[in-house]
Amino acid sequence: MISLSHYLIVGAALFCLSVAGIFINRKNVIVLLMCIELMLLAVNLNFIAFSHFNQDIAGQVFVFFILTVAAAESAIGLAILVVLFRNRRSINVEDLDTLRG
Amino acid sequence: MLEQIIFYAFSALVVAAGAMVITLRNPVHAVLCLVVAFFASAGLWMLLEAEFLAITLVLVYVGAVMVLFMFVVMMLDINLAVLREGFAGYVPVALVFAVLMMVSIALVVGPKHFGLALFAAPLPHAADYNNTLALGRSLFAQFLLPFEAAAVVLLVAIIAAIALTLRPSRQTKAPKPERQVQVRRADRVRLVKDMDAEGTP
Repeated sequence: MISLSHYLIVGAALFCLSVAGIFINRKNVIVLLMCIELMLLAVNLNFIAFSHFNQDIAGQVFVFFILTVAAAESAIGLAILVVLFRNRRSINVEDLDTLRG
Repeated sequence: MLEQIIFYAFSALVVAAGAMVITLRNPVHAVLCLVVAFFASAGLWMLLEAEFLAITLVLVYVGAVMVLFMFVVMMLDINLAVLREGFAGYVPVALVFAVLMMVSIALVVGPKHFGLALFAAPLPHAADYNNTLALGRSLFAQFLLPFEAAAVVLLVAIIAAIALTLRPSRQTKAPKPERQVQVRRADRVRLVKDMDAEGTP
């Protein structure tokens, strides 16, 4: 039988992968955004697994809200990215040092 | 037995796709791998009897958000060579961090604390169980206010995304208020002497 900890470990693996992705792709904003999506996916998997094993639908409602916020976040993130590329001709994180004191 | 096969297949797929998202050189391929990861986790969610959310993930996430990602990735003319500089240098650090995190999380969520002995697998729902109905009942009764707040969040996101990326078109002829309020009398009014029909003042 598949236990709750199986699902939690899959979620943990996904989360660690995306943290590693943020470390190794730290110049490319698009991949950073994708890593954040992957992280949210891992969290959602945990929520749904707990919802199933506790027989509580509230966990699924939370996932619903997380999906909403994640969609809004990626829409605004990509809009910022497009504006950034228009102004700078680059999406390299290291070029974004205008606010550095 | 079938459940285990499905679980391990989809889990392997999701982890493999996640690993490819963070390592592939071409961002277009990375987005495609992310789509695979979303599909595989939709399969896992189906296994957890969250049918509505699994379908939402495919429709909304793969259908809208990932397509948006794809648009942006393909529209921008990115110099990949610069972005990949120092890629290999960060791999050991990332590996160390990921393994440390994985080990520490696995110690917490391992079978000792979340195994079948403590969290018994629930009985599968009957064939006429309607996940969408249950979710809707909860959403529109218990979580109505957060639901409305989520709608507001989406509205704000729409307005913000449009306001960020909208460029005024060159063809539109609209008055410019900032120039209108700066007009002085001398720019518009020219006083001439009153003349009669012969043109003499």
